[in-house]
Amino acid sequence: MKNMLMSLALGAGLSVAAVSAASAATLDDVKAKGFIQCGANTSLIGFGFPDDQNNWTGLDVDFCRALAAAIFNDPTKVKFTPLSAKERFTALQSGEIDVLSRNTTWTMSRDTSLGLKFAGVTYYDGQGFMVKKSLGVNSSLNLNGASVCTQTGTTTELNLADYFKANNMTYQVVAFEQEQEVLKAYEDGRCDVYTTDQSGIYAQRLKLAAPDDHVVLPEIISKEPLGPVVRQGDDAWFNVVKWTYFALLNAEELGITSKNVGEMMNSTNPEVTRFMGKEGDFGVAIGLTNDWAAQIVKHVGNYGEIFERNLGESSQLKIARGKNALWTKGGLQYAPPIR
Amino acid sequence: MTAVIDEARPQRVSFFNDPKVRSRAAQIVFALLLLWVGYEIYHNTSANLAKLGKNVDFNFLGNTAGFDIIQRPIEYSRESSYLTAILVGFLNTLIIAILGVICATILGFVIGVMRLSSNWLLAKMAAGYVEIIRNIPLLLQILFWYTAVLKPLPGPKESLSFLGVAFLNNRGFIIPKPIWGDGAGFVGIAFIIGCIAAIAVSRWARQRQERTGEQFHSFWAGLGLIIGLPIVAFLLAGAPVTFEYPELKGFNFAGGTTILPELIALLLALSIYTASFIAEIVRAGIMAVSHGQSEAAHALGLRAQPTLRLVVIPQALRVIIPPLTSQYLNLTKNSSLAVAIAYPDLVAMGGVVMNQSGRAVEIVVIWMIVYLALSLFTSAFMNWYNARVRLVER
Repeated sequence: MKNMLMSLALGAGLSVAAVSAASAATLDDVKAKGFIQCGANTSLIGFGFPDDQNNWTGLDVDFCRALAAAIFNDPTKVKFTPLSAKERFTALQSGEIDVLSRNTTWTMSRDTSLGLKFAGVTYYDGQGFMVKKSLGVNSSLNLNGASVCTQTGTTTELNLADYFKANNMTYQVVAFEQEQEVLKAYEDGRCDVYTTDQSGIYAQRLKLAAPDDHVVLPEIISKEPLGPVVRQGDDAWFNVVKWTYFALLNAEELGITSKNVGEMMNSTNPEVTRFMGKEGDFGVAIGLTNDWAAQIVKHVGNYGEIFERNLGESSQLKIARGKNALWTKGGLQYAPPIR
Repeated sequence: MTAVIDEARPQRVSFFNDPKVRSRAAQIVFALLLLWVGYEIYHNTSANLAKLGKNVDFNFLGNTAGFDIIQRPIEYSRESSYLTAILVGFLNTLIIAILGVICATILGFVIGVMRLSSNWLLAKMAAGYVEIIRNIPLLLQILFWYTAVLKPLPGPKESLSFLGVAFLNNRGFIIPKPIWGDGAGFVGIAFIIGCIAAIAVSRWARQRQERTGEQFHSFWAGLGLIIGLPIVAFLLAGAPVTFEYPELKGFNFAGGTTILPELIALLLALSIYTASFIAEIVRAGIMAVSHGQSEAAHALGLRAQPTLRLVVIPQALRVIIPPLTSQYLNLTKNSSLAVAIAYPDLVAMGGVVMNQSGRAVEIVVIWMIVYLALSLFTSAFMNWYNARVRLVER
């Protein structure tokens, strides 16, 4: 009896403590605990996936490392929470994670009524379809009556319903919670079609036993701007996440890479000196040190480098920069200046 | 004797040692603690929600769902509301729970009786079944059956055909869909009349047997009424049914009714798993009836079959029903593991709605209320049945 009372009292005490867990000042909390808790994907090559040496790699994962580099001058000061598509928003809303960097599409409802804020678009994507070559299908408009495997709780699921409805086609949706299950069901022949963001399709295709037996259809049926997400109502933390993303882009635009960041310290170009924190108090203004941007590039590289090693020619995915090139090279990636 | 009691008459007990006072005080403290915990949960939730600028509001249930569902017992499309989507999930949970309870009970009774068989091989096989199945986690069994059901089945183009009207492939088991024409209502009415008549016949037979001792085959008569009357009505109404046959069209069969492989796998896993527990309950129930009961029945001249039916099973049921209720509740709740294999049950649909609408607290509340209501309903029904088979002392 006494023990039970004790544990009851303890439980009640903990619930009181939990009230303060989702505090508004995330940056202070992060600094106090000494690491960032980052919600990430576990099974998407190029965005969040363990490599041969069991290092978590990918564009989304590297973004969290860049954030750690900006705050702690140490990219390893980040802990990852593996999340399914269904769990991700609740984890962020409840304060379990500080930032969600898990190929998440920026939509109006998520940005407003879900109590979240998107800090930028780290990858411009769109939804596509993959089918077996042997089916002889060459357009998604020929998919009438097909069974489609997808992940539950995603924009993909909604776009799919919209697309088939708009084109007067019927289909059967088989929606799984985990990405691995979706792919396995597709491979086992449960579905004719596999659908997700097109970058994801290329990534998942690599995991199939015979990738060349499957073909990605040319149509892109949606806009999927993917980016890091934070909670609403914490502008200081939002700024840190947003400007970490902008710093990655500005570094690429200014030609600052992880290799030449040391030399660039001595540059006389005013834009570069501001970036490096030798001029002005831009870092201090967002609650960091003035060399925050230099630290990001030193440890993680600029946006181009991150893209290249995770998604580009030097990765297994070999995705072209396309819309994700800098605005100076015909793409959509554009960052406001540090000034 | 009285002298002893007089001597041992308690002296005035101190207030703190009075067991009545102590137990009251402990109960009051405990009740207050419970209240406090409840208040904390409420307060904590609302404080955190307020911090996020959110509130608890169920109006979102009327918004358009925007996604599709593979198994729809009621009319549903992407234009339907979130509430309809959750309702579809609930009905899918009901379907799997009811089918699962029926299959698990039949299989469990068979295995349980097998374990008591004097046939060595049968008994050992049943024992092996129970020990293996109940010691493997259910989730693994669900994933096993899903793979076992899906993997060997061919694609739609190479479907296994049953007389050319039903087809089995990895999209499911596709059977002809009956379309009822005019007058089909009479068949339903005839079925209900048959059921009522069967009950009346069995009552009459029981009363007559008590009065005169004459027996009547009320079971066969009842079965005849229940099945025969609808058939007669069906023929009289001019067979008012046509079938929509499945047809291979493009990717898959069009038309007909599809029984999903997810449903088949989940049903197999749930009923096989729960049957292993029910088998043990049945065995315990039968063994709890003292051997003297059947000996007495034999001594009165009853043969083995009536002994089992009239003496052993009614007494065994008293032991079996309460734990059986727990198994039914377990099965219903375990059906939420459906989420692992894409069967759209209440948890899966609630999860989708939660993710698309961001209303976590509301959905969790709905989940809890629905499962609680479902379980309480099952319990109430089983308690009613338990009261019926209870020992009536005269």
